Amino acid sequence: MTPISLSPRRRAWQRFRRHRLGYWSLILFVGLFALSLCAELLCNDKPLVVRYQGQWYFPLVQTYPETVFGGDFPTPADYLDPFLRQRFAEPGNFALYPPNHYSFNTLNYFAPSPNPAPPSVENWLGTDDRGRDVLARLIYGFRLSVVFGLVLTVIGVVIGVITGALMGYFGGRFDLVSQRLIEIWSSMPELYLIIIFASIFDPSLWLLVVLLSAFGWMGLSDYVRAEFYRNRTLEYVRAARALGLGNRQIMGRHILPNSMTPVITFLPFRMSASILALTSLDFLGLGVPPTVPSLGELLAQGKGNLDAWWISLSTFAVLVITLLLLTFMGEALRDALDTRKADAP
Amino acid sequence: MSQALLDIRQLSVSFGNGAGEEAFQAVREVSFAIHPGERFALVGESGSGKSVTALSVLRLVADARTQGRIFWNGENLLDKSERQMRGIRGADIAMIFQEPMTALNPLYPVGRQIVEAIELHEGLSRQAAGKRAVALLERTGIPDAGRKFHSYPHQLSGGQRQRAMIAMALACKPKLLLADEPTTALDVTIRAQIVDLLRDLQQEYGLAVMLITHDLNLVRSFATRVGVMEKGKLVECEDTERLFASPREPYTRMLIESRPRRSVTPTAADAPVLMRAQNVEVSFSRKRDDWRWWKKDSVAVVRKITLGLAEGETLGIVGESGSGKTTLAMALLGLQRMSGGDVEFQGERIAGLDKARLKALRAKVQVVFQDPYGSLSPRMTIAEIVGEGLALHQPELSVAERERQVAAALAEVGLEASILHRYPHEFSGGQRQRIAIARVLVLKPQVLILDEPTSALDVSIQQQVLELLAGLQRKYKLSYLFISHDLAVIRAMSHRILVLKDGQVVEEGETEALVAAPRHPYTQALFDAASLHGKLP
Repeated sequence: MTPISLSPRRRAWQRFRRHRLGYWSLILFVGLFALSLCAELLCNDKPLVVRYQGQWYFPLVQTYPETVFGGDFPTPADYLDPFLRQRFAEPGNFALYPPNHYSFNTLNYFAPSPNPAPPSVENWLGTDDRGRDVLARLIYGFRLSVVFGLVLTVIGVVIGVITGALMGYFGGRFDLVSQRLIEIWSSMPELYLIIIFASIFDPSLWLLVVLLSAFGWMGLSDYVRAEFYRNRTLEYVRAARALGLGNRQIMGRHILPNSMTPVITFLPFRMSASILALTSLDFLGLGVPPTVPSLGELLAQGKGNLDAWWISLSTFAVLVITLLLLTFMGEALRDALDTRKADAP
Repeated sequence: MSQALLDIRQLSVSFGNGAGEEAFQAVREVSFAIHPGERFALVGESGSGKSVTALSVLRLVADARTQGRIFWNGENLLDKSERQMRGIRGADIAMIFQEPMTALNPLYPVGRQIVEAIELHEGLSRQAAGKRAVALLERTGIPDAGRKFHSYPHQLSGGQRQRAMIAMALACKPKLLLADEPTTALDVTIRAQIVDLLRDLQQEYGLAVMLITHDLNLVRSFATRVGVMEKGKLVECEDTERLFASPREPYTRMLIESRPRRSVTPTAADAPVLMRAQNVEVSFSRKRDDWRWWKKDSVAVVRKITLGLAEGETLGIVGESGSGKTTLAMALLGLQRMSGGDVEFQGERIAGLDKARLKALRAKVQVVFQDPYGSLSPRMTIAEIVGEGLALHQPELSVAERERQVAAALAEVGLEASILHRYPHEFSGGQRQRIAIARVLVLKPQVLILDEPTSALDVSIQQQVLELLAGLQRKYKLSYLFISHDLAVIRAMSHRILVLKDGQVVEEGETEALVAAPRHPYTQALFDAASLHGKLP
């Protein structure tokens, strides 16, 4: 016996940590995602703090008209305007800008070169064909893709686990009927449905989430069903029944924790599949509206402007790194949950 | 004696590489020799390294470091190339395994698997090899061998599969047969037949046999010489007669003496009958094989069983696999739908109970299962496992009080409270079975159904668990329904015995009277096979 008692979850975590590549991928991925969550502080066309004529202003949280800073019009201030910049540069005033002066939809009306513009000091990764900063769009696009993947994965896991658990636990006729229903449902042409819906409704992120998660849970429910089928005949389940536990307690407390291995193993792969789905739909123009920052839309622009190499190359790099990190994490998870591997420290 | 056939010198086998992982020594400096035509037995409990020793003779242990020398006819097998070893495996040294269902390839007919071995090693034509395979199947006692030649493993019974395995092992006339627990997976009556067959074949072919087993009964009736292994070491190696007459090592003595001792407390004459079952019937429906696929056949698994269980009494239920023992237990627990009959607990019919009463009954009638590895959920701590029933049946208890009762139940089965927050994987089989007993004990049940509670345990631990159960019965006047295929255990534990065959009770009676004079031929065969003659210590 070991002196310290570790739960199976703790031991799996230790095995995961021993998988160096996967462990560092996780750290890097979480770090990048955390950075992208603060995208407003990194890439924004509004200064973080402004001191103007002895007063503090916070453009990030409040919209000020141009007249506040001595402009002529009551429209919202454009902080990239050289006139405003000049006012901020006067003694006693100052403006603290984020590292990158552009948000994902910022159009620089004062840009010196035509669009798409190559990388420069002002636009670190250049601009796209509408003059929007590529770096800002990449960071916001990465955040959107990951959040989208997370949401889709969570919804898919919840629906898949519930249906799979019910089918596997109750079995019999219920299982037979639901399996046939799933077969019918899964034979619907997903892509056509998305195209049809995209033309009926305004394309939006939520429409995509609903459509993709309506079909995304089926693969997982098969695995969970098989695990429940196997586990419900084991003796600890019979012992629980003999103790007088109800179905819900047996499913939740006894079988579910022992059936989570395929679910957890597939998480990173499901996420990368979701991200890829969003990217390809956007690339085809069936996804989110063009104002939303998206990696697929950038790829399409890269294809449309082959000479603007900075668009396609940087987008490609972001996609590859994201998917690669997820795959490495998935491999490490699979190893960590493989109980046949030795537990030696 | 003549020159040794197999001479093992200072054999050590260890797993795990030295870097980072700690190497585990499965076999430590074992030396012994087997002569032509000898019946040698290697005895030991699980994890003693006996199977690893046999497998390393054939160099079939994966990822292990082997040291020492293994001489086969004067040549060191450890120096041979893998190619040379393939010529020896099956042809000179053959092996039969414990579980014939997994040792035979399920996708090929058994005949073809035997033919394959003959073709490979002797280069005979397919016809000649086929003829020899049929003759071998016939010799090993498979009826209608010509037809069974084309049968797939799942179409044969367990005993027939083991016979086919033996035929396959003998196909190339080996000089040494390694038999790794060849009878453990079989029913008692078939066990005796397989041992007889092995002995006959051994004499007929002049084979040397190395039998690996944990079953001392088997060793006594089969082997001429015995080696006892403990924790990878060969502690004693002696002629069978002398070993059983005067064991030198304490470990050997412990093994010999750890056959179950009778420990039964007489019940009070006026003990009330707690549980009563009348004409219990259970049947399953099965799809028909013929063209009327929409119709279902009903297969009776338990037929009209009537029994009663008094307070403080142990009722032993004996039967071979498929006799309906476990199904009967599940029906008595109310976990299996009955197709007829009644089960009463303290005068109340279980079938008519509402939900709340049924829940109360669950606390009174509890069950302990055979497999201590499968019956504890691997992702719950011991405190959670043992405390779960309390939380359900006595939700009014405070957390501290519940923990106190769990610790008390663990103390009752001889475990310390310090294990509360550990997980099942850290415990041995015997400890796990104690935890399983603590789980039911904490509910203060009156009737315990024990479904093969010691079958998965080593003999020495088996005795400890049996003593624990007997002590608990004395202390709390528990009633046991003790289900087992092992007559020695049943005889040691029960007041009365019920013999089950094909779902029916063939004989019933007081333990000693029944053992002394069984009337039904099936019971006689069962007792003969288990060689239970003479009194228990």
